[in-house]
Amino acid sequence: MNVRRARVLIVWLGCVAIAILVVARAHYITDLSAFLPAHPTPTQQLLVDQLRDGPASRLILIAIEQGDSASRTRVSTGLVERLRKDPQFSSVNNGEAVAGQRDREFLFQHRYLLSETVNAQRFTAAGLSDAIRETIDNLASPAGLLFKSLLPRDPTGELLNIIDQLGRSPAPESHDGVWISADGTRALAVAQTAASGSDSDAQARAIDAIRAAFAAAAGESPQGAANSVQLRLSGPGVFAVAARAKIERAAVRLSIASSILVVTLLLLVYRSLPALGLGLLPVATGALVGIAAVALGFGAVHGITLGFGITLIGESVDYSIYFFVQSRQAAGGVAAGSWQQSWWPTIRLGMLTSVCGFASLLPSGFPGLKQLGLYSISGLIAAALVTRHVLPALLPAGFAIRDVTPLGLKVGALLRRVQDLSGRTILLGGAVLVALALGVLYHDRESLWNRELSALSPISTDEQNYDAKLRADLGAADVRDLVIVSGPDVESILRGAERAARALQSLVDGKIIGGFENPAAYLPSMATQESRRSSLPSAADLRANLSQALQGLPLRADRLQPFLEDIEATRHVALVTPRDLAGTSMRAGFDALILHQKDQWNALLPLRSAVAGGTIDIRQVVAALKDSGVDEAQVLDLKQESDALYGNYLAEAIHFSLAGFLALTALLLIALRSPLRVARVLAPLVLAVLTVAAGLAIAGVRLSILHLVGMLLIVAVGSNYALFFDRQANSAEAGDEALTLAALVIANASTVIGFGLLSFSQIPVLVALGTTVAPGTFLALLFAATGFRAARSAHA
Amino acid sequence: MMSRILSVIALGILSAIGHTAVRAAPADLRDLDQVMGMLAMRQHGRVEFIEQQFLAVLNHPIESSGELRYDAPDRLEKRTLKPRAETLVLTGETLSVERAHGRRVMDLHAYPQVLPFVESIRATLAGDRKALERLFRLDFAGGVSRWTLTLVPLESKVKQSVSQVRIDGAGDQLLKVEIRQPDGDRSLMTLRPSTLP
Repeated sequence: MNVRRARVLIVWLGCVAIAILVVARAHYITDLSAFLPAHPTPTQQLLVDQLRDGPASRLILIAIEQGDSASRTRVSTGLVERLRKDPQFSSVNNGEAVAGQRDREFLFQHRYLLSETVNAQRFTAAGLSDAIRETIDNLASPAGLLFKSLLPRDPTGELLNIIDQLGRSPAPESHDGVWISADGTRALAVAQTAASGSDSDAQARAIDAIRAAFAAAAGESPQGAANSVQLRLSGPGVFAVAARAKIERAAVRLSIASSILVVTLLLLVYRSLPALGLGLLPVATGALVGIAAVALGFGAVHGITLGFGITLIGESVDYSIYFFVQSRQAAGGVAAGSWQQSWWPTIRLGMLTSVCGFASLLPSGFPGLKQLGLYSISGLIAAALVTRHVLPALLPAGFAIRDVTPLGLKVGALLRRVQDLSGRTILLGGAVLVALALGVLYHDRESLWNRELSALSPISTDEQNYDAKLRADLGAADVRDLVIVSGPDVESILRGAERAARALQSLVDGKIIGGFENPAAYLPSMATQESRRSSLPSAADLRANLSQALQGLPLRADRLQPFLEDIEATRHVALVTPRDLAGTSMRAGFDALILHQKDQWNALLPLRSAVAGGTIDIRQVVAALKDSGVDEAQVLDLKQESDALYGNYLAEAIHFSLAGFLALTALLLIALRSPLRVARVLAPLVLAVLTVAAGLAIAGVRLSILHLVGMLLIVAVGSNYALFFDRQANSAEAGDEALTLAALVIANASTVIGFGLLSFSQIPVLVALGTTVAPGTFLALLFAATGFRAARSAHA
Repeated sequence: MMSRILSVIALGILSAIGHTAVRAAPADLRDLDQVMGMLAMRQHGRVEFIEQQFLAVLNHPIESSGELRYDAPDRLEKRTLKPRAETLVLTGETLSVERAHGRRVMDLHAYPQVLPFVESIRATLAGDRKALERLFRLDFAGGVSRWTLTLVPLESKVKQSVSQVRIDGAGDQLLKVEIRQPDGDRSLMTLRPSTLP
C-alpha cells in the first residue's frame, strides 16, 4: 500500500512539475486574436487586417469637457500643438489649419497634375470658356473672392477644384477655429497613432502621451477655469487598453474575492486546515494542467482563457467536497477505500458527462472557445484524478472533518415537504415550468441571441454610446464600410483606387452613399498624372484657344500671361511622388489610406452613408464596382463582417453544444442502461437550462456565446448532482442520505458563490457566465432533489 | 402654409418701414444706438438684393441678384439666383456655400479675409454694435430716418481683403451695402423689400 502511495505521489508531483515548466515557458497573448478566426477566408483576412492595423484601429478620439468654452479651446490648441510634435502620432487634428501655407503652395504648384478636372477637353476653347466663366461667377461670392488674386495664374479654378476634391467629407462644427460637439459642450480632436491598433502597449503609450500633453496644456492656461477642464478619450485602441486593464483587474479581484469566500465556506464546513489545503489540491492541479494543456495544444495561451480559470473552480472544488463528506464514516474517520468503490464511479461518470459537454467547444472556429474547451476538459480530468488517487494517498492519519450530517438532515427535512406532494403534482409543476419557459423562449426567439460581436465587448454600453456620439460629432470618423483595392505596388493600387472612385462617384451622385475617401485624391497614380500632363496644350495652341474662349467674357487675354507660363512649365515638370507629400498635411491623409503588408499593398476607400448614422447597401456598391470592371476591389462592411463572423461562431457553438448533449445522453445510456434513469438525470438539467434562459430573456438580456458556455456548465455541474440522486435512488448500498445532501449543498454553495461574484463584474462576458451558472446550478440541484424525491415518494 | 408664414413676415417688415420712416432725430451716437436697438428688435428679415462687383481684373462689372434672409440672432442666408444659383449660409462662425454640384463649409476662423464681407451685414442686421466694434471702427452719419454707417477694419488680416464697408439705411431697413477692397475693387449691393415668392 505504501509503495503504491509513493508511486501515486511521484507521478502526481512529476506531472505538476512538468505542467509548471510548461506554464512558465508558455507564450501569453492578450490581443483580440482570441476572437478572430484561426483559418480566415480572404474576406475575413481583410477584416482581421483592418481590425489590427487599419486606419480605424489607430484612431483616438479626444474630447475636452467641462470648464468654459474659452478654456476648452485654449487647451485643445495647446494639446494638439504638443501632440503634433510627437512621432507616436501620424496625424493630430482639431480643426486648426495645419501648415496651411505649405499645403496651399504644394497644391497650387501641382494643380494641373492633381486636379480631377484636368483633361484635354478642359483646354479647348469651349472648355476654357466654361471654366473661366465659372471662375468669374465665383468671384461674385465672398468665398470666391479669396481666389481673386489667383485668377491670372489659375483662371480655370483648379486650386478650388482640388480643395473641393480633398474637402468632400463634412467637417465637424467648430468654434473659435477648434472642432466642437454639436451641442457645444466639448472641444474635439482626433489623433491617429503611428503604431497599429492591435499593439496595445503602443496604444497605452500613446494614451499616456495624450494625457501628459493635456495636463501640460491645461497647466499653462490661466488658473481657475482651465483647472476644471476634463479629458476623455475614446476609440478602438483606448477601448483595447481599457479592456485589458479592466479584465486583468477584474480577474485578479474576482479570483481573490471568490477564493476568500469559497475558502471561508470550506473552513466553516470542514473546521480543518489540512482538509482545506487538501481540498484545494484538485483545483490547483486542474488549473495548472489546463493551462499547460492549452499551451502545448495551441502554442500560446489567450488572456481570456486564463481569465476564465475561475470557471473550473466551481466544479473541481466539488470533487474534494464529495470526497471528504461522503467518505466520512459514522465513526468519524475517513474510509477512502470504500469511497473509491462506492462513490468514485458516480463522480467519474459526472466528470465524463462534463467532458462531453466541454468537448463541444473543441471544434469551434473561435480560438478563445477552443482553448476554453481544452482547458476545462484537461483541468477536470486532472482534478478528478487527483481527487481519486492523490487525496487518499495524502490523507494524514486520524484526519477528520466536522460531521456535516446535521446540515444534511436539515436539507432533508426541507425536502421532505416535497414528499407530501404527489409525484403527479411535481410532474405537472415541471411540465408547467417547461411550457412557460418554452413559451417565453418562443416568444423572444427572434431577439433571443445577440449576434453582434459587441456582445462580447468588455466596453460598457455607456462607453460605446459615448464613442458613437463623438463619432457623430466628428462626422466622417466612423470607418465601417470600406472598399479595398489590393495590388503588388503603390502605382497599381492607386490606379485601382481611381477606377473604384469613378464607380463610387456614381453612387454618390445617386445618393446611395454620402461620399468616400480616396488615397488617389491626395496623390493620383503616375498614369493619371501622366495623362493630365500630356493633355496640357502647347503654348501656341493654348494662346489660340484662350483668345477664342474669352470672346464674350469680361476678361482680357493679356491678363492671363502667368497662366500660359504655368501651363508651359507644368508640361516639363516631374510627376508627383509620395515623397513630395512630405511636410504637408496631405501626407497623413494619404498614409492613413494606404496599408502595406508583406508583399501586398492595399488602398482603402472608406465609405460614408448618405445620411448621418445611416447604413450603406453594400450590394449596390459591389454591383457598381463590378459594372465598372474594378475586379481588384473588395467591399468590406467591418461591422457586418465581424458580426457575421461572430454569428457563425455562435451558430456553430449552438450546433456543437447540441451534439455534445447527444453524446452526453449516449454516455449516460451506456453507463446507466436505463432510458428512464437517463431521462430522470437529464430532466432537471434541461429544466434548469430552460428556466435560466427564459429568466434571462424576461430580464431583457440577449444571449451571447458566453451564456451558451454557461449553459454547458450548468449541465456539466448539474449532471453530478443528478447522478448522485440517481445513485441514491438506485443503489442498494446508497449510504447516508444526509451526507449526500450535505455534500451537494456545500458543493452548490461554493459554485453559486464563485459564479455569483462574476455577476457583479463590469465585464459583460463574465456577467453572462455568472448570471447563467449561479442560478442554473442552484436550480439544477433544486429540480434534481425535487424530482428524485417525488419519484421516490411515488414508489413508496 | 410656409408661404403664408413668409408673407406675414414680409408684411411685418413693410409695416416696420412705415413706422420708422416718419421718425427724425439728431445725428449723434445716440442715433446709432437707436438704430441698433431697432435692428435688434427684429427677429427676421427678408429682402431682395442686386449686387454689382467692380473688379479691375475684369473689363466690366459682374452683376448678381437674389434674396437675403436674416434670422436672429446669427443666421444670415444669401440666396443668389442669377447668374448662377448659390446659397450662402452664415451661422455662428461657419459659412456654408451650396451650389448645384456641392456644398462647401468654411470655418471663418480659418479665413479671416472672408469675415468682413459677411459679418458687416450680419452684425448690422442683428443690431449688434459690440460685434461690429470687435472687427471695425464705426462711424455713424445722418439720423435715424436716413443714416450711413461706415466700417473700417481694425485687424491687419482683415484689412488685407476689405478697406471699408459703407452701409446706407433708413430706420431699421438696410438700403445699400458697399464693400471696398484695398486693391480698388469694390462691390455694391442694393437692397429692397422682397417680392419673391
